[in-house]
Amino acid sequence: MKSKNVIKVENLTKKFGDFTAVNKISFKVKTGEIFGFLGANGAGKTTAMKMLIGISIPTSGDAQVAGFDVFKNPEDIKKNIGYMSQKFALYDDLTVKENITFFGGIYGLSRKQIEEKRCLLVEELGLQDIVNELVGSLPLGWKQKISFSVALLHNPKIVFLDEPTGGVDPITRRQFWEMIYKTANNGTTVFVTTHYMDEAEYCDRVSIMVDGKIEALDTPTKLKEQFKADTMNDVFLKLARG
Amino acid sequence: MSILVKNITKTFKNLTAVNNISFDVKEGELFGLIGPDGAGKTTIFRILTTLLFADKGEAIVADYDVVKDYKSIRNNVGYMPGKFSLYQDLTVEENLAFFATIFGTTIEKNYDLIKDIYIQIEPFKTRRAGKLSGGMKQKLALCCALIHKPKVLFLDEPTTGVDPVSRKEFWEMLKRLQKKGITILVSTPYMDEAALCDRIALIQDGKILEIDTPQEIVKHYPKKIYDVKTDNMYKLIECLNTYEHHYSVYPFGEFVHYTDKREDFNPKDLQLFLEEMGAVNITIQPTETTIEDTFMELAK
Amino acid sequence: MKRFIGFIKKEFYHIFRDRRSLFILFGMPIAQIMLFGFAITNEINNVDIAILDHSKDITSQEIINKIASSKYFSIKQLIKNEAEIEAVFKKGKVKAVLIFEKDFSKNLTKENNATIQIITDATDPNTANTISNYTNSILQKYQQEINKNIKTPYQIVPKTRMVYNPELKSVFMFVPGVMTIILMLVSAMMTSISITREKELGTMEILLVSPIKPFQVIVGKVIPYVFLSIINAIVIVLLSIFIFKMPIQGSLFLLGVESVLFIITALALGILISTISATQQTAMMISLMGLMLPTILLSGFIFPIASMPLPLQVISNIIPAKWFVIILKGIMLKGVGLTFIWKETLILVVMTLFFIALSIKKYKIRLE
Repeated sequence: MKSKNVIKVENLTKKFGDFTAVNKISFKVKTGEIFGFLGANGAGKTTAMKMLIGISIPTSGDAQVAGFDVFKNPEDIKKNIGYMSQKFALYDDLTVKENITFFGGIYGLSRKQIEEKRCLLVEELGLQDIVNELVGSLPLGWKQKISFSVALLHNPKIVFLDEPTGGVDPITRRQFWEMIYKTANNGTTVFVTTHYMDEAEYCDRVSIMVDGKIEALDTPTKLKEQFKADTMNDVFLKLARG
Repeated sequence: MSILVKNITKTFKNLTAVNNISFDVKEGELFGLIGPDGAGKTTIFRILTTLLFADKGEAIVADYDVVKDYKSIRNNVGYMPGKFSLYQDLTVEENLAFFATIFGTTIEKNYDLIKDIYIQIEPFKTRRAGKLSGGMKQKLALCCALIHKPKVLFLDEPTTGVDPVSRKEFWEMLKRLQKKGITILVSTPYMDEAALCDRIALIQDGKILEIDTPQEIVKHYPKKIYDVKTDNMYKLIECLNTYEHHYSVYPFGEFVHYTDKREDFNPKDLQLFLEEMGAVNITIQPTETTIEDTFMELAK
Repeated sequence: MKRFIGFIKKEFYHIFRDRRSLFILFGMPIAQIMLFGFAITNEINNVDIAILDHSKDITSQEIINKIASSKYFSIKQLIKNEAEIEAVFKKGKVKAVLIFEKDFSKNLTKENNATIQIITDATDPNTANTISNYTNSILQKYQQEINKNIKTPYQIVPKTRMVYNPELKSVFMFVPGVMTIILMLVSAMMTSISITREKELGTMEILLVSPIKPFQVIVGKVIPYVFLSIINAIVIVLLSIFIFKMPIQGSLFLLGVESVLFIITALALGILISTISATQQTAMMISLMGLMLPTILLSGFIFPIASMPLPLQVISNIIPAKWFVIILKGIMLKGVGLTFIWKETLILVVMTLFFIALSIKKYKIRLE
C-alpha cells in the first residue's frame, strides 16, 4: 500500500501564450506521503497545483491524480481530493456548524454522515464552545484548523494545502502540523505548499520549483547533503539564486 | 527618540486590538514587531501613521505628537501598508514619479537613497506595475515609500507571502537603509526574521510579551532545549506527549524541540523511554534556543 | 500645485489605460442617442388604419381611394359607428381612424367646407404625429386637385385628435433624457468607483499619510471626470443637431452653464457614495440602484411625472435629474431663457451645495 503512487506526473506543461508557466515537470507522490511543494513567487507552483486538482487543463504531458487522468476525468479527481487554501477557507458569515453541514453536503455526504463527522470533529478539535459561532469571529488559527478538517470530511485520498499556515501563530502552526502528521499516518496523502522553510523539513519529500521547472526533489536530509547546506532555507536560497 | 509609544489602547467594538502597549524606538534603529495575524500590528502602524486615533495613551513619532501634529508626521514618514499594491495600470517609473510629486519632490533629488534598490528594477521601468513579479513589486513599493527621504519608515508585513529569496534580499536592503540613518519599524509574522532586527517586541493578542534585543530575548528562556529525532516524527511527538516529565514538545524543522520539567534532566532517561516505546535511530542533543521557542513559551 | 497637477496626470493615466471603461464612456452616449434616435424614426409604412364613413358618397370614396393607394397606409377595417372606435384601438388593430362626417360631398360643394376627423393612438406619440401629418398632406393634395377650376375653393378641414397621450411628447424628448442619464452615470458612478478603487488597493492609506491634502485628492479625482462629462455633453448635442436635425431653440451658453451645474451635482453625489462604500462593487451598486434607476424612472424622462401616483410625484422632487430634465427641455425644445427656469436652477444649486457640504463633512482624513 505504502509504495503505491497516488500522484503520477510526467512532463506536465502549461503555457499561457508565449509564457511557459510550468515546464515539463515530472514527479510521483506515494500514498500516505507528506509532499512539500516549494518554489519562489511566480515559479509556477499555483499553476501546477491547479492542474493537479482538475481546475486547469494542461497544455501537454500526463498526470494521474488519485487514479484519474487530469485530461479525461477532472470531475472524478475533484471527488477524491480535498483542497484548502489560505485565500479561500470557510464562509465567514456562516457558523462553524453550518459550514461543516454545507461542505459535507457539497461532497455528497448523507445527513447522518455529516452529523457523525461533525460530532467527531467537535470532539477532536475541542470545538464545543464555538460550534455555533460565526466563523468570521474566530482567530485565524482556529479557522485554518477547522478548514483543514472540512477539507477532509469526505475522506479524500489526497489533500492539497496551499500555504495553509501563512500568518498563523507559532503554536497553532505546530498544532496544524500535528494534524497533518495524523492525516498522513491514516493513509491520506498530503500535498502542501509553504513559505516557512522549517515546515519544509517536516515533509517526507520536498520538491523545489524554479522558473517553471522542478530543480530539486528528495527528502529534506538528502537535499541538505546534496547542496551542502545546514537548513532547508539555505538549500532554497542556493537553488533559487542560482 | 524616534518613536515613543506610551500606554496605547485601541478597541474596535468588543475587540481590544491593542492593549496598553508601550515601547520606544531609538533613532536609526531597526525595530521589529513580531507576532501572528491578529496580534494588533497593523493597528499600531495605523495609529503611528496618524490614520487611527488611539482610545487611550499617547504616541510621538519623529518628535511630533500623532494627534496634534499629524500633518507634520505625514510629511516626515514613509509608510508601506500591508495590502499595498501600487497602481497596477501605471508603469514602474510613473508610479515612482507620482509618489515623488505628491510628496513634493522628484526622483532625481533623492535618487541616492533609492539607487541600490531602484537599479534592480530599472530595466523594467516602462513595464506596468501589475505585470511585475512579487519580489519586484515589493522593491518598487519600498522605493515609493522612500522617495521623499522620510525620517521614519513604517513597513507593515513587507515580507508576508513572499518567497525566502526575495525576503532575504528585502532584509539586506533594510540593513543598508538603516546605515543611511533612517529609523525603521517593521512587522512580520516570520519569527526567523526577528534575529535580523536590532530590537524586537514580541506581540500577541494586542499585548507585548517581551521587548529586547533578539540575543537577550532568547536568554530569558527558562529551560534547556533538546533536539530529538527518530525515524517517525508523528510517533515521536505522540510518545513525547505521553512522557510524564515533558514540559513542552514542539516540532522544529527536522527535530522536535523538547524540554523537561525536571531541573536535573538527564537525556539518557529519555533515550531509555523512547527505546522502550519502540523508537529507532534516536538522536537527543542539546540545542540553541530560538526566538520562536521564546515566543511560544511566552504566549502559552 | 505641482502635487495637484501630478495627481490629475495620474488620474488621466488610469482613465486612458482602462480601454474597456473608456470605450463604454464614449461609446455609450453615441450608442444611446443612435438607439433612441433611430428607434423613433419619422418614416411610416403601411400603417393600418380604419375608416368610419358616415356619408358614403363620391368624394369620401375618392379620398379613401387616395389614402388606400398611398404606400403609407393600408385600410384594415371599415367600421360602422363611433362605438367601434375604442374597440379597434384597444385591440391594437389600427393606429388611426378617419371619420368622414355625414353628407361630406354635400357640405363640400354647398358650403365649401367639410370635416374629416383623424383620431390617432398616441401611446406611440411619434407615429401618431407622423400619421396625422401624412394624412393631412394627402388631403391637401386632393383639395388642390378638385380646386383647380373653381373660383371659391372647397375646403376640407381635418380635425386631429390624439387619444391616450393627448400632450404628445415631443420626438426630441429623448435627447434631454439621454443627456441626463449619461452625465449622471459618468460623473457619479465613475468618480465613486475611482475613489473606492484607491481604498481597495491600499493606496488611499498612502495618500492619507502623504502631505497631499484630502481636499486636493477629491478635487483631483473629480476634475478628469468634469472634462469627460463635458465632452460627452457636447457629443450628445452635436449628434442631435447633425444627425437628427434637432433644433436647439435656446442659448447654447445657458445650456453649457446648466450642464456644468448638473455635472457638479452628480460629482458631489459620486463623492458622497464613495465615502460610504468600501469597495468598488458597493459603489457601483449604490450608484446604479440609488442614482440610475431613480434618474431613469422618476425624472419624467420616460414616464410623465403628472401621471405618477402622488407619493412618487413627491419623491420625484428630490431627484436632481427631474429638475435638469425640465431645464434641458426648456432650453432645447422651447427655447426659454433663465427667467423661465431660474427656479429649477436654484433648486439644483441648493442641492449641489448640500451634497458638497455633506461629502466634505463625511470625507475622512483617517481610516475610521
